[in-house]
Amino acid sequence: MNLDLRIPMGLMFSLIGVILAAFGLATRSTPELYEKSLGINMNLWWGIVLLIFGQIMFHMGRRSQKRLEKLPPPTASSDSTPRLGH
Amino acid sequence: MELKSVDWLIMLLYFAFVLGIGFALKRYMKTSKDFFQAGRALPAWICGLAFISANLGAQEVLGMGASGAKYGLETAHFYGIGAIPAMIFVGIFMMPFYYGSKARSVPEFLRLRFDEKTRAFNACTFAVMTVFSSGISMYAMARLIQILHVFDSIFLSHGWPLQGIFTVSIVISAIIVLVYIFLGGLTSAIYNEVLQFAIIVAGFFPLVFLGLRNVGGWQGLKASLPDAYMHGLGHASTNPMGVDAIGMGMGLGFVLGAGYWCTDFLVIQRAMATPDMDSARRVPLIAAIPKMFFPFLVIVPGLIAISLPTPHTTETVTRGADGAIIHNIQVVAPQIEQGKGIVPAKMNPVTGKPMLTASGRPLLDYDMATPNMLLHYFPTGLLGLGLTALLASFMSGMAGNVTAFNTVFTYDIYQSYINKRASDHHYLVIGRWATVVGILLSIGTAYGAIAFNNIMDTLQLVFSFVNAPLFATFLLGMFWKRTTGHGAFAGLIAGTSAAMLHHGLTLPIEATPGIHGGWLAVIHHYPSDMAQNFWGAIFAFSANFIVTILVSLVTKPKPDSELVGLVHSLTPKPETGPIIWWKRPETLAVGILVVFVALSIFFA
Repeated sequence: MNLDLRIPMGLMFSLIGVILAAFGLATRSTPELYEKSLGINMNLWWGIVLLIFGQIMFHMGRRSQKRLEKLPPPTASSDSTPRLGH
Repeated sequence: MELKSVDWLIMLLYFAFVLGIGFALKRYMKTSKDFFQAGRALPAWICGLAFISANLGAQEVLGMGASGAKYGLETAHFYGIGAIPAMIFVGIFMMPFYYGSKARSVPEFLRLRFDEKTRAFNACTFAVMTVFSSGISMYAMARLIQILHVFDSIFLSHGWPLQGIFTVSIVISAIIVLVYIFLGGLTSAIYNEVLQFAIIVAGFFPLVFLGLRNVGGWQGLKASLPDAYMHGLGHASTNPMGVDAIGMGMGLGFVLGAGYWCTDFLVIQRAMATPDMDSARRVPLIAAIPKMFFPFLVIVPGLIAISLPTPHTTETVTRGADGAIIHNIQVVAPQIEQGKGIVPAKMNPVTGKPMLTASGRPLLDYDMATPNMLLHYFPTGLLGLGLTALLASFMSGMAGNVTAFNTVFTYDIYQSYINKRASDHHYLVIGRWATVVGILLSIGTAYGAIAFNNIMDTLQLVFSFVNAPLFATFLLGMFWKRTTGHGAFAGLIAGTSAAMLHHGLTLPIEATPGIHGGWLAVIHHYPSDMAQNFWGAIFAFSANFIVTILVSLVTKPKPDSELVGLVHSLTPKPETGPIIWWKRPETLAVGILVVFVALSIFFA
């Protein structure tokens, strides 16, 4: 059984989202930084979006992994049956 | 580029995950099937995203931005017409043969269908192409890092010479790709490609958002660009690319597009990593969905880049408090001033003046459109994400080529000619070493690109010679049982020669003979090198098609019994079982086609 890709992907985007959002939060009172991005605190907003996306992916992956773990183990003839994985 | 700790943090985090996935997958790599074919166990959605991501090397991400700045929205048609129909075709019609034949690679399919020499021709040309492509990606990435001064501050603060940046970039990128492929094989490459795709979207979506907001939305963009930029095809003389609809449709859509999407093992390999036929057929279709919409994410920045006002050296005269006259001069480098929007001019390093086109206007460095957009709009923090997205696109290009190389080398060159009867574990080990060798050869190519100025262009040219005729061979092989090995081989040689001849005899208007063509004699001029490209592809395809048919008719074909499952007329319809009609691949294909046509009409 393979590693479900949504788990590391979700984790990574959650972390990036947290970093961006935290940085955005910390710098929200320095407008010069956000002159380039038309005054919008893109770090904060996009960080939140990525965090949400990351969390959705992560939990989808975990749920799928748990469901696969609950299935009975594959039969010994693993050469003929393809190993399902996500 | 001034990168702060938060930017570096995001970049390092990304690379940590990339390597981490490789380490996490190592324990699942038990057989050569696991390593080269991902155990044929990955679901269609992952393979679909990897299918498109493997294709989205930086050549595409930066190149589409550059094309958008140079030619306008037509670039989207260019990529769409070239790709979408081909992807639908390969998914519905060709995948049953690729997957059903149980071939482990495209050259292996050619051996099953034709004969050994056809396989050898394809395997060797393909292996060389992948190594060179990977090297070019490496070179382009190192150059971009140099140009954007990404590592400059680190090197300066440690007292290291700036010339070392190139080598360090190449070595670091090579090591990262090598490690995760060595450990996790194709699965690792595919997983990371999906990750790369996601991060490219994450990096470019805010760019398009900010850019469009800045220029006044889509209407604002339309207003600030010449009309031809925002409209599709029209007549050859009116659209910036100088190609008429037939040239584009036939040349690009049919031949070049199909030549790549339907025969290139790099992408086919990802479709064949699925557990069953239906999933395999669905992979190119799933990939077609982002393929239709993604171009907007990478082409629009190019459009915006060229529509922004060009910075000029300004002088303002004010009167100081004590009555003194103050001249405030904001100097803008000639490179930027002579450019258009935020696309700089290409400077001649010797004279320090901008290089000129044949008509005397400054030559623009369109490749800098997208990176300059990132620098223009992204604050610290988001800039780290944007840069990571750019670097990720280079690496997905490299990794895809390396996995294709190690598979073709191990199965089609090593196992076929060097060591036929070794244990499965032996081939797994060889595959890992092939990965190392492949990366080393790529590094060599990257350094070669420094010495030979035009190497990138030359290689792309050579690839187009080899790719253009390929589709004819597969088309005839899969749908006409009379095609023989001799025919296929002769056709491939004829097609490749036709491509070379055509290039040697024609020249685009604004170019001089040499790398752009006309090195034999110039008997025809084309309005642009795109047009030359398309027509060359048409000639190559036709030559291959005709020669293959003629030679096949006078040579003996394989008996029908050997061709079951390889040719359309001799293959029973794929067993799809009781599936609801809307879950069938054909339905998905029709849906995609409808959306594609709608988009084309809307933006035409």
